[in-house]
Amino acid sequence: MSTTYTVRDSATMLRRNLLHIRRYPSLSILLLAQPILFLLLFVYVFGGTLGAGLPGLPGGGDRSDYLVFITPGILFMTVASIALGTAISTATDMTTGIIARFRTLNIARVSVLTGHVLGAVIRTGLAVVIVAAVAFLLGFRSDAGLLGWLGVVGLLVLIAFSLTWLTVGMGLAADSVETASNTPMFLMILPFISSGFVPTDAMPAGLRQFAEHQPFTPMINTLRALATGAPTDSDLWLAIGWCALIALLGYLWSRRLFLRVPAK
Amino acid sequence: MATTNPAIEVAGLTKSYDDHTVLDGVDLIVPEGTVYALLGPNGAGKTTIVNILSTLLTPGAGEIRVAGFDVRREPAGVRAAIGVTGQFSAIDELLTGRENLRLMADLAHLDRTTATTSVAGMLDRFDLVDAADRRAQTYSGGMKRRLDLAMTLIARPRLIFLDEPTAGLDPRSRRDLWAIVREQVADGVTVLLTTQYLDEADQLADRIGVLDGGRLVAEGTAAELKRRVPGGHVSVQFTDAVALAAAAAAHPDASTDADALTLQVPSDGSIAGLRRLLAGLDDHGVAGLTVESADLDDVFLALTGRAAEARTAEEISA
Repeated sequence: MSTTYTVRDSATMLRRNLLHIRRYPSLSILLLAQPILFLLLFVYVFGGTLGAGLPGLPGGGDRSDYLVFITPGILFMTVASIALGTAISTATDMTTGIIARFRTLNIARVSVLTGHVLGAVIRTGLAVVIVAAVAFLLGFRSDAGLLGWLGVVGLLVLIAFSLTWLTVGMGLAADSVETASNTPMFLMILPFISSGFVPTDAMPAGLRQFAEHQPFTPMINTLRALATGAPTDSDLWLAIGWCALIALLGYLWSRRLFLRVPAK
Repeated sequence: MATTNPAIEVAGLTKSYDDHTVLDGVDLIVPEGTVYALLGPNGAGKTTIVNILSTLLTPGAGEIRVAGFDVRREPAGVRAAIGVTGQFSAIDELLTGRENLRLMADLAHLDRTTATTSVAGMLDRFDLVDAADRRAQTYSGGMKRRLDLAMTLIARPRLIFLDEPTAGLDPRSRRDLWAIVREQVADGVTVLLTTQYLDEADQLADRIGVLDGGRLVAEGTAAELKRRVPGGHVSVQFTDAVALAAAAAAHPDASTDADALTLQVPSDGSIAGLRRLLAGLDDHGVAGLTVESADLDDVFLALTGRAAEARTAEEISA
């Protein structure tokens, strides 16, 4: 199979997935509502108290400081939420007869999966723009320049790409659509045990160590640095490394599952 | 390509899952431009054969060449030559009919202009123009099946597999589908179809293979298969049980239906045989008489030892 066909077939499958997203908007809305609700909940319910506990601010922070603190974590959760949806849509797709048809065609087989991944990346892009807009409406302001925001977008796309390859694998591995909607739940839980919602310093020892070393913390730290105009540190390379690793493993796993699954 | 080879060559094909044997040594040759029907009940292995020939499943043992390509070593060559319409609807229900066809045209790597004209042509030929821009999920069963087949044919495959193509269709939709298959055959396309419907095999196929328990138990044209069973039979209806019993005693090879007061006497369809039978009957005791030639139901019964298709035959009589 030549590369030209791989690119062309992936583009065809991407068009198919974009049509699915347009025809079935309720899933996108549901997935988008999740991070927005978290944003509102944490800023307005917990934000006053949590803001006061933020370190490094003279006289303690307030609600608006907390908004700035959690927005990067919420953007990350947006990506995770859309990735969770991709597990569902992949699993749903596998239950339809058209997948068997695709397997009998002389096409780049993995294009079925790349279509899902690329579609999810585009959906993530839209969702992130909307969630960021909500954060701005709530009063998020930062000193980040154009370069910083480009960095945020670039890193979010990279995170979306890697998490989606992972959730495509979960969707393929799931024996039902219900399973597929449950297994990726840890993507929504893990950000709470990271630097996303409170500084890791505030956690007890064991938990703190986990939070500091789990892959999402460098991603969220780097997003925060880029979005607030602060200098990035070694976390940038850690974040990129984790993304590359997760994407590679997710891709290999998904590919193996997809090529293996026998016909009914 | 394989102009001199048969479209399908299968020798000694086996397939098993753990200790369960699905295919137990199947030999099959389908010449180009002909229609071959695999006939058998559920679980006979029909779909397994189609899945192996269309590269969806790996074979156990055996030599299998499709369109001249080895299914194990050259699956891409096989895929480029074939079109498959499976038992389960293989359409994208969220897309419209037009979008489904366009998807297949793009995946067949047709250029933009050819794709557009082919899609329009298929919508027209398959009577889907009015529904072209509606989501396929709103289509009726017959429309879905037509769209499914149109999606298979848009790439103009030289060899098509139809796995129970008319399962669940109403009689009119079935006849429409048969007409489409015949058109393809007229264009020189080779067709392998599976069916539980005996009349479907009779209607469409040049050759029929009867599959039972993973083995081909018989093969031939419909006429050849019918000749393999001992002719048809004559049904004689009697006015009373006494007359029935008397006739039954005279014809030990006949089968008796006491409730319907009917005797079924095997017949080779010859006038001489019929005359002999009539000579032995008392005309006062006989209410009526019908001569029936063998149909594929009888073939199936004779070859497999059971009337596996009785239910199916009723379904399709409508």
